[in-house]
Amino acid sequence: MDWLNTIVQGVLIGGLYAMFAAGLSLIFGVMRLVNIAHGDLIVLAAYLALVTIETLGVGPIASLTIVVPLMALIGYALQRVLLNHTLGDDLLPPLLVTFGLSVIIQNGLLEVFTADSRRLSAGAIEVATWPIANGLAVGVLPLIQFTAAVVVIGLLQMLFYRTALGRAFRATSDDPRVAQLMGLNNHHVFALAMALSLAVIAIAGVLLAIRTNFDPAIGPARLIFGFEAVIIGGLGNLWGTLAGGIILGVAQAIGAKLDPGWQLLAGHIAFLAVLAFRPEGLFPRIR
Amino acid sequence: MPEALLEVRALDAFYGDFQALFGVSLTITAGEVVAVVGANGAGKSTLLNAIAGLMAARPDAVLFDGQPIGGKPAYAIVTRGIALVPEGRRLFPSLSVEENLAVGGQLGRAGPWSLARVYDLFPALSERRHIASTALSGGQQQMAAIGRALMANPKLLLCDEISLGLAPIVVRDIYSRMPAIVAEGTSMIIVEQDIMQALGAAQHVYCLQEGRVALQGTTATVTREAISAAYFGV
Repeated sequence: MDWLNTIVQGVLIGGLYAMFAAGLSLIFGVMRLVNIAHGDLIVLAAYLALVTIETLGVGPIASLTIVVPLMALIGYALQRVLLNHTLGDDLLPPLLVTFGLSVIIQNGLLEVFTADSRRLSAGAIEVATWPIANGLAVGVLPLIQFTAAVVVIGLLQMLFYRTALGRAFRATSDDPRVAQLMGLNNHHVFALAMALSLAVIAIAGVLLAIRTNFDPAIGPARLIFGFEAVIIGGLGNLWGTLAGGIILGVAQAIGAKLDPGWQLLAGHIAFLAVLAFRPEGLFPRIR
Repeated sequence: MPEALLEVRALDAFYGDFQALFGVSLTITAGEVVAVVGANGAGKSTLLNAIAGLMAARPDAVLFDGQPIGGKPAYAIVTRGIALVPEGRRLFPSLSVEENLAVGGQLGRAGPWSLARVYDLFPALSERRHIASTALSGGQQQMAAIGRALMANPKLLLCDEISLGLAPIVVRDIYSRMPAIVAEGTSMIIVEQDIMQALGAAQHVYCLQEGRVALQGTTATVTREAISAAYFGV
């Protein structure tokens, strides 16, 4: 029962990783941009939520109504003003620019909010549990987080394959030059994709900040978790990304159970194992 | 002389330092079909790409409905009513046949063409509407590419090398649908290496040679000998 408990906790945290990964994979899929600042943008969203909560006196979940549109707006502007100019045949310029962005965000947050670790308080719900069986209890908060991840990924999947916007994303991803002939302005389409990615990040960032302490320096590790979940699941498959997040979460939980120092190591080993034996990921998109 | 729908005036085009077009001029009126022929590298595709907005051009080098559109971005030019069927078809591989058509029509320009009308024109696509566009035969892919451009309900349809890589019987089949497109009042510029197909469909022909117009005239008056001479530059 102890082990089952460990696995359940791992699955639930995996939802959060999947949300980190979904935003990352969306951007790479639409415009071949690897966003090194992804993790720091997650942390930025957490701080924006902190400011919203302290200024308006609302709870973390309610703060999403401000933070999600705000992050989407930041994403749109960031893409139009900066990142669109880095895109081209070469993968390196966007890598370098987003790396620089990562440094700027980390230091900017450090300057404004100091290195003190912070947390968003959601009240009694944080410690509420839902007993399933003797010795197995599921935290209400992790369950909400996992459900949110499934809903977000389901909505993204629907948006991509059922809507005109999703069609525009896929067409532009396939052939940006020809997509222009259909009346699609690449710069606008890319900016919408970044807005969507940062909206997902905003949800992930707030949920992360309720669950754990955060400070300006934790972004890069979230980026790694996101990368690992994408690669484990297989590029271009959102449900695969969810599976990748879950596998990563479970591996980490099992590692932590064996020895608290092994949590991160176990996640990385699971990732490396997939990379070694199935480099295309477990569920690559079938064309 | 009826009002010109499109007027290309002394158009120059460049790929970096290389000049591909030298002062090319061309006029097309509403409802007219113009053929542009020439050897490989004569600048035919460059001309279409410049009209469609995929290449830089002087603003007044391309006039559409009397408005200067030269050098405007491609997404702005298609909203005015110029659609390009690109060389090599260039369907979106991760979209189904129907999604390719829908993306072509996403601007919602009013006009005669709709999904149903495109399927009427190319029944082969109707049966395969939900499969991946990559699973179509070459001829069907070309039909889908033409259908995708028609979905924008253009006043002017630019067709780049429709016959490229297709069997003669398939080329004839596709060209046999052209009158139905022209009957809707759509003007067309057809770029071809296959001179006979192009001349059969067009009223006016321009022959490009090394980036310059070497010969032009109505298809009724221009002789095949003159075209051969202009084509090969002998």
